[in-house]
Amino acid sequence: MTQKEFLHIVMPFKDKVFRLAKRLLISTEEAEDATQEVLLKLWNHKEKMEDYKNVEAFSMTMTKNFCFDRLKSKQSQNLKIVHSNYEDNNTSLQKQVELNDSVNWVAKIIEDLPEQQKMVIQLRDIEEYDLDEIAKMLDMNNTAVRVTLSRARKTIREKLTNTHNYGIK
Amino acid sequence: MVLNNIEKLLEKYENGETSLKEEQQLKNYFSQETVAPHLEMYKPMFAYFLVNQQEQFTKDIPLKTKKVFNYKWISVAAVAVIMLGVYLKSNLNNDLGTINDPEIAFNEVSKSLEMISKSFNTGTSTLQYLDEYDKGASTLGYLNEIENTTNIIFKTNQ
Repeated sequence: MTQKEFLHIVMPFKDKVFRLAKRLLISTEEAEDATQEVLLKLWNHKEKMEDYKNVEAFSMTMTKNFCFDRLKSKQSQNLKIVHSNYEDNNTSLQKQVELNDSVNWVAKIIEDLPEQQKMVIQLRDIEEYDLDEIAKMLDMNNTAVRVTLSRARKTIREKLTNTHNYGIK
Repeated sequence: MVLNNIEKLLEKYENGETSLKEEQQLKNYFSQETVAPHLEMYKPMFAYFLVNQQEQFTKDIPLKTKKVFNYKWISVAAVAVIMLGVYLKSNLNNDLGTINDPEIAFNEVSKSLEMISKSFNTGTSTLQYLDEYDKGASTLGYLNEIENTTNIIFKTNQ
């Protein structure tokens, strides 16, 4: 497999890998490193890539595991990931400062979710994967994914409602 | 009518039962400028999802083509070296060759035998000096005469 062929396979989902990594690791730099690491691992085992049924799902699982490893080592080192990248440069959002603020709220709320829920929300609502695919990636069954997703969505909605109504009701 | 539909979808959404298509519908609805006031709090959520979809990985990936050293070729090289060594060695071997014609062979053999005998003779010729020694030893035979006479003397004494 040449570099070109490899990139051809990897390009469509490298952003998804990055975003999942960022969802779990929060810091952009950490997520970039994780993505690089995952893609390099794929490249080093490129001979085996033909055997994988779904390279994309496989990479997502790899990313998940890699990020968990990173988080574990971070915790053991007692390091906190510093981040300041809540800014989302969407023009229609910047028009409304208030709305921008509440978008940041969503980021904060998702960040506070348990890891499992974070991942499910990321894969479903942002990357728009099938429930079956998510189940495969996260090594869960279909129902468990659905339940996790439902819990995550409800939590986000509840907290958003609270912030939205804060000081009003 | 539309609002009713959206509300239904939202309920399904919260139970995790919506299909991807229905979720797309929700996203489209909430990306509008105006939404129903009581659904206002959903807006930032869907906006956040849409914004996050666009985030990209920009760092480049350093793909190195790892040179895998093939140990198979070491054995090939080793065999080649051994073969070369054997070949050169057999060339260095000072081979005198063989003579096929019996007459020449006989001549050669007799010549070399003659050479051997000649040098052997020169070796033995130096040994002739040993004859002188024999001569010297033979003169000592006279001592026997003395012994004889002494014997006679001792006999008379007894």
